[in-house]
Amino acid sequence: MKVLSSYQDGRLTLYFKGELDHHEAAAALKRIARTLDDYLPRDCVVDMGGLTFMDSSGIALILRVCKLMKETGGRAWVENARNQPLKVIDASGIDRMIQVTTAAN
Amino acid sequence: MKSTNYIKFEFPARSVNESFARAAAAAFAAQLDPTLEELGDIKTAVSEAVTNVIVHAYPDKIGMVQMRLRTMEGNMLEICVKDKGCGIPDVKKAMEPMFSTGGEERSGMGFTIMGSFMDGLRVKSSVGKGTTVTMAKKINVKVRA
Repeated sequence: MKVLSSYQDGRLTLYFKGELDHHEAAAALKRIARTLDDYLPRDCVVDMGGLTFMDSSGIALILRVCKLMKETGGRAWVENARNQPLKVIDASGIDRMIQVTTAAN
Repeated sequence: MKSTNYIKFEFPARSVNESFARAAAAAFAAQLDPTLEELGDIKTAVSEAVTNVIVHAYPDKIGMVQMRLRTMEGNMLEICVKDKGCGIPDVKKAMEPMFSTGGEERSGMGFTIMGSFMDGLRVKSSVGKGTTVTMAKKINVKVRA
């Protein structure tokens, strides 16, 4: 999985691309934590438009990003989730705590 | 229910093999002509089951993961993921949503997702001997014009 990022006006956008599973999650979280430290954004958008597969490791990753953002007084949300990742998000129920928008698919 | 075809394979419980396991399951399931959503469900459930083995079954060594997939009469798919690891002391507790002993990298949603993405889920475990997770999914028959 690749995590690309862009920053503008206090908003960091993380672009997830590829497949996110347990194997990928630990390294991705390290990279994301470092990026959050570098920019200290007010808002963090997790853009899942390029994510073709995610299991519950992705849920843990999203929750961790939200926690890191909360610790610095910021907020995070998910955008452009495709069908399969969205179904995992729905099953986990985290969309009751975190704003999630869907992709056009 | 009568089995119509099967495959069996095993691999070391290394996280790098998670993507292989779900790709193999999807390739075998393809003979039942699943939709993309059904294939996604199968891949997700397999990823959860195999990750559980990697994270929990073998804390001190790299053991083996055994997988068996069967097609059954009635367009059913059965997937069995087995390990000979440490076992689960309390299966009922382990299957509760958000319960995890895997640290912050785990969400504790693995069994919940397996259960909601498949039509059947059975977990048999014996401490010190290992765990067998058996999942079943009915693949809807498509009507072609």
